[in-house]
Amino acid sequence: MSIWEYANPKKFLRSTERVLPPLWLGSAVLITGGLIWGFFFTPDDYRQGATVKIIYLHVPSALMAINAWFMMLVASLIWVIRRHHVSALAARAAAPVGLVMTLIALLTGAIWGQPMWGTWWAWDPRLTSFLVLFLFYLGYIALWQAIDDPDTAADLTSILCLVGSVFAVLSRYAVNFWNQGLHQGASLSLDKEENVADVFAYPLYVCMAGFILLFIVLVLYRTGTEIRARRMSALLARERMSE
Amino acid sequence: MMPDLGKYGDTVLSAYGVSLLLLLVLLVLTLRRGAKVRAALRDVEHRVGRNG
Amino acid sequence: MIALLIRDLQLAFRAGGGFGLGLAFFLIVTVMVPFAVGPDAAGLAVIAPGVLWLGALLACLLSLDRLLSLDWEDGSLDLLATAPLPLEGVLSIKALAHWLTTGLPLVLAAPVLGVLLHLPAAGYIWIMVSLLIGTPALSVIGTFGAALTVGLKRGGLLLSLLVMPLYVPTLIFGAEAARRGALGLAGETPLLMLAGITLGTIALLPFASAAVLRVNLR
Repeated sequence: MSIWEYANPKKFLRSTERVLPPLWLGSAVLITGGLIWGFFFTPDDYRQGATVKIIYLHVPSALMAINAWFMMLVASLIWVIRRHHVSALAARAAAPVGLVMTLIALLTGAIWGQPMWGTWWAWDPRLTSFLVLFLFYLGYIALWQAIDDPDTAADLTSILCLVGSVFAVLSRYAVNFWNQGLHQGASLSLDKEENVADVFAYPLYVCMAGFILLFIVLVLYRTGTEIRARRMSALLARERMSE
Repeated sequence: MMPDLGKYGDTVLSAYGVSLLLLLVLLVLTLRRGAKVRAALRDVEHRVGRNG
Repeated sequence: MIALLIRDLQLAFRAGGGFGLGLAFFLIVTVMVPFAVGPDAAGLAVIAPGVLWLGALLACLLSLDRLLSLDWEDGSLDLLATAPLPLEGVLSIKALAHWLTTGLPLVLAAPVLGVLLHLPAAGYIWIMVSLLIGTPALSVIGTFGAALTVGLKRGGLLLSLLVMPLYVPTLIFGAEAARRGALGLAGETPLLMLAGITLGTIALLPFASAAVLRVNLR
């Protein structure tokens, strides 16, 4: 039993059909639970007041915005190297999810920044990199939609994803160099003394787990949709041929 | 029940509102397209099965 | 390879080849800026390096559309792909031709337009050097974008959408070097970074461009 068996679309559909319902439930429970915990049962921060509650949306969505692109990069590599169609379709399915996550991170950040920094937007390295990431998602999705032939589209978008990743990292360093940051450092890291206090951290972990699950569920479901759409166009094409 | 959000009530609520709305839109679009494609595929498979 | 370069250059210089177009676009963008932000000399001097960089970038972007599409339409791209010359080489030459016909004139025109924008005296050498170092990267990255979208009808807008984010690091380092130079600060660090990006893209990106073009020619 190897992971590559899931490269078979039929097998993929059958297995995801089985695991999707519990995953849907899990992500729903975790996100609702985490958000309710964070919203109703955590104290206000002594400096940020109630705005600290935005962290439960901001940090998980930012986490998934980056990891969605990373997942697309891995899926694109698998497509380029092993030519599994499911992998290419999974990358395609993940892109809009990543786009929405990036948008949520940007918007919640802007809403939080307005009272805290006194501005909706600052050309801070982190904010700017996310804006660039947003543009990368847009370009990637637009390229998928512009090309009719599915294999050509998969090839071109995966190479764009590879090249884009390199340039996204380059941009990250470039903007770091270009402007000093306003954004605070990482909220959670293992090797730092000053982290987010535990009261805020635990519901945050729950929300992060919920967002991760939600991403997985959405990608699996959307990949299934893409597989069915592909199969349908193949069937229709064959029907036209035989007429 | 509602916690006291102080002067930042609008800020927090709008952040939650916008985020949940976006998630909901993504979810609805995903499920709708999924259901549509599934139904269409069933139709086509049915037709192909009958003819071929 | 030399023959291909000469052919591309001749095509570009011929009437309708689009040689002057990028330059004219650069000119008009720069001239429009004072109309938009006001004629105040001190204000213009501050933004001059950035405007010149942005204008050069847009002029580059504008000319990318015809980089491969003309050869694609008349089929000579298929011939080039089957030629003994590797496709990576073909695309490098195409990028070089694009740079010679678009990038280099922009470098030469930049100081003239700098006068219109009240660029500080210290900035002239910096804007020229940074553009000289940076524009090859714009051409090479643009070739990748052109190769991605060559098979598409109306690919022009998509091409811009795809290429713009890839231009971000080049623009940041290039404009930063020019800005620091114009202010009389030390601009060597961004200039070195810019040179690194240019050399890196020249060395690696033609492989990606050739890979995409092969997919499109399939």
